[in-house]
This record gives sequence, C-alpha cells and structure tokens, in this order.
Amino acid sequence: MFIKQLSVFIENQEGRLEQVLEVLKQEGINIISLSLADTSEYGLLRLITSDPAAGQAALKKQGFSAMLTDVLAVRLAHQVGRLQEILSFVCKAGLNVEYMYALSNKEGDASIICKISNGDEAAVLLKSKEVELFSQEDILRIFC
Amino acid sequence: MIWNETKECMSRDEMEFLQSKRLVKTVDRVYHNVEFYRKKMQQVGIEPGDIKGIEDLHKLPYTTKNDLRDTYPFGLFAAPKSEIVRVHASSGTTGKATVVGYTRRDLDIWSECVARALTQAGVTRDDIIQVAYGYGLFTGGLGAHGGAEKLGAIVVPMSTGNTKKLTTMMKDFGVTAIACTPSYLLHIAEVLEESGSIPEIKLKAAVCGAEPWTENMRKQIEEKLHIHAFDIYGLSEVMGPGVACDCEYHKGLHVYEDHFLPEIIDPETLKPLPKGETGELVFTTLTKEGLPLLRYRTKDLTSIDYSPCECGRTLARISRFKGRSDDMLIIRGVNVFPSQVEAALLELGGTTPHYMMIVDRKNNLDTLEIQVEVDESFFSDEIRELENLTKKIGHAIQNAIGLAAKIKLVEPKTLERSMGKAVHVIDKRKLV
Repeated sequence: MFIKQLSVFIENQEGRLEQVLEVLKQEGINIISLSLADTSEYGLLRLITSDPAAGQAALKKQGFSAMLTDVLAVRLAHQVGRLQEILSFVCKAGLNVEYMYALSNKEGDASIICKISNGDEAAVLLKSKEVELFSQEDILRIFC
Repeated sequence: MIWNETKECMSRDEMEFLQSKRLVKTVDRVYHNVEFYRKKMQQVGIEPGDIKGIEDLHKLPYTTKNDLRDTYPFGLFAAPKSEIVRVHASSGTTGKATVVGYTRRDLDIWSECVARALTQAGVTRDDIIQVAYGYGLFTGGLGAHGGAEKLGAIVVPMSTGNTKKLTTMMKDFGVTAIACTPSYLLHIAEVLEESGSIPEIKLKAAVCGAEPWTENMRKQIEEKLHIHAFDIYGLSEVMGPGVACDCEYHKGLHVYEDHFLPEIIDPETLKPLPKGETGELVFTTLTKEGLPLLRYRTKDLTSIDYSPCECGRTLARISRFKGRSDDMLIIRGVNVFPSQVEAALLELGGTTPHYMMIVDRKNNLDTLEIQVEVDESFFSDEIRELENLTKKIGHAIQNAIGLAAKIKLVEPKTLERSMGKAVHVIDKRKLV
C-alpha cells in the first residue's frame, strides 16, 4: 500500500544539499522524485529513490539525520482535473494532506506522492473509489 | 554621607570583636534549631562551645547550594514558620528552586544594608528612585525597594518589562536615581539616546548589580547618561542585594561585615587563603534569624582588602569578581545553570540530545540561543512537527530557567564534542 520516502534534515548551509546528493550518487542510488521544503533555519528534503533503505544507511553513516516515512504513491492519469477529483475524495472524508509532490513519466501515468493525515484510512478510501496506488515494486519498474 | 557611621567606620579590632560575638550566637542558633547543621557539626566533632570567636571559623563545615536543594524547601530555616514573614526563590542547579526565608528582623536588616549602599551612591531621602529589578520571587526588586523606602526616598516600583513606561516616568517624575542591572541600564540609555531625551532627564545616580560588569561598561553608562554608577552585590542565599556595594572611590565593594562575615578559600583544597589572595568568596551570616548560613560557598572568585578606604569606611572591600568556580551563567540578571537546560531536555525526549548554549549580547541585551541536534528521537519528516518540537523545547526551557531562549535545530554531530568534561556553553560576551 505504502512506499518508502527518504526524509533528510538539512541545515541552511552552503553545500549541504549537494553533499546529500553526492552520498546517494556514491551508493549508486537513483532519485526518482524529490521535494525540498524550506524554513528560515533548515530544509526538509523528501526523496523517492531506487533503494530507500540503503540510502538511509549511507546518509546516517555520513552524519545526516535521515528517516524512512510511509507515503502513498497515487496513480494519476494524464488528464486535466484528475488530481482535483482525487483530492476531493480525501477532503470529503475529512482527511488532511500534509504534503505532496509529483512524479511523472511521458509514457504511462504519472504519480502523486502524498502523505495524508491518516494513511491507512486514506488508502482504504482511495481503493474504494477505484483510485490505484503504486507499490514499491511498481515505482521501481515504471519510473527507474 | 554615611548611613551608619558606627558600624561602617569601626576599627578592625572593634569589628572583629563584634563579629566574634555574633558568630557565637549564630552557631548556637543553628546547632539547636537546624537538624542539618547539628548533624554536620557532630560529624566533624564540633559543638557550639568550641567556637569562641572568628578565629574558630575554619572549624565549621561549609554550606553549598546543593545543601539548600537537598533541604528544599524550608529544611534550613532556623526559625519556626510563624516567625517567617517572607520567602524568595532563585534558580537551582536542576529543577528545584533555591528557597530562602526571612523573619521581620531579617527584612529590617536587609533594608538597612541596602540603605547603606544607596547612601554610598549619594542617594538620599530627597531623591526619586526607580527600582527596575524584577519584583517577585527574585530578591532584586523587593530588596532594593525595602532599602530605598527605609532611606525615605520616593520609590517608583517599575520592575522590568516595560522600558517605554520607565523612560516616560523617568522624564515626567524627574527621577534622580535608578536601581537595575547594568545591561538593562545601557539599553535604557540607548532608548533615551534614540529619542533625544537625555537632556530631559534628571538622573544622577545608578546602583547596578545582579550580573557582572566591566569598568568599560560603567564608563559607558556614566558617559551616556551623565550620571555616577555604583556596583552593588548580593545573593539571595546570603540575603539579596546589599551584601556589599562600592563607594565613590570605586576601589572595591564594601562588605557589610557586621552582618556577613567574608572569607576567601581555595576552591580545590577548601582551605582558607591568606589575607589578600584571590580565591572563592565564602560568607557566614552573623545576624540572620530565618536562614542563617555557615560558610556559604558563593563560587564567586575575588580577593579581600582590609585596609581603610579613602571614603572613611573601614568595612573590608572585595575586588571586582574574576570569574566563578562553577558553570553558572548570569543572563539578563538571571542565574542559569546548564544542568537546568539539560534536565529540561531530558524530560522532553527521554534521552538528552547534544545541545549547545550560545550566550551573546546584542544592543546591550543578553541573548540566549540553544542549539539542539536533531537525532532519532527528535526527528520528523513534517515541518509542522519540527516547528511544534521547537516550540515545545522553547517552552520547556523557559519554564526551567525563567528566560526565553531561541531554539535552533541543527544537524547531528555538528556540535562540538569535547574530550573531557562536556562543553555546553559558548559565552561570546566579554565580561571579565
């Protein structure tokens, strides 16, 4: 149901982001999607990768604060209005979207990566509305 | 002008005779009324009869802040609760505050001492004095207030926290003296400078204390405000402000040794040092009834000058402090122990994260930033959670130390690790 997102805490300092990417490069890890949320003091880097567990281990070894979070990879047809439709299901059910970002490929469908306040409830809800969720294997197969 | 010539200008012989009489009475009082002291003295095989005068002072046991913590709240009081009319509290080394108690007579003596200090600063009953130390559990506000009222001046109880009101009243009332921390006074001076109000004020004297300050700062204050600034010292365990104060010659602070017997000891060996040497300042209270203390270790480092002063007073003088023999900080006049911060963080997270306290002074106001390393127990992938965490830490720290600190989350392993004793403080102010 869920896929693993790699979340990294980065201080607002020159070069820190680049260092994170360097570590992942050294491990041979492919970054499929990412989002960088910023505050005045620090940034939170969220990554969908080809090997999240290996990525976390490598980053922790280099002294970064990295954790794995369960997120939903919702299948999104390349169709105007489809995202709004999906989100309306979520909102009507009283669930909150904590954050989201996109994952897109020219062939096949896109994906929206999202963390919803009650992940299990959201997964069940989306299934009932016939909205497809990608699994970890799907992500690797389609987007890598 | 001298408030109490009899006591402030006695010969050394007369003073030592008086101190000896009072010491004998105090030892008797604590031995019979305070279980802690009776036990301690019995442990070293000392009875009140063994103390005949100040020459026997070294036979008595020491008292530390930890002893006050261990007997929290009223375990060291030497008077029954019916005779205690006030308590004050100041920072403890961990979670518990240090509590002190006063009888009515103690409060009178306190006021008398502060009146002496104010008189040294040239303040008289014809003055209008703003007391801008915090009023409340802190001894600063009420301590200065009591002395100023005894003096007969018009006392304006400002407390801290509203500089605008303070400066407005300073101008409108024609305030001639002020009691507050030196850094606050510098801040007030800047505010007055910016509004071009300095020519309008009638301030002549300031009695500053509750934190260490340099000769440089004193000159700055005097030049900016065109006043004469004086250094007052005290600590709540011994009484509050008014244990010592300097005179117009500024060559050390006169200790009111008819009430507080000072000694200098080596903080490592705990042996008394010869007269004139620098070491840790220790006080034995000679007249306190509520909370008399024997050989209380202040952790302040200084030396004592017993020669008579040009002002006419023979009261021994302590030099400007050369530092502390513990890790206590004074931030905006508030005593802060790094261990308090550590205890607060431990309570929050279950394990103590690596943290660093960065103390600085910007625009004459002390600032405190606490950097906390983000680790497993403190991390989240949501900004909202991290912000909540920052707020939670902020509140916990504020409750623990009584000051608002800026909390900054930093990456793991970025804070200095030391080989020996953990370093948790970077003090960027140049105070000694």
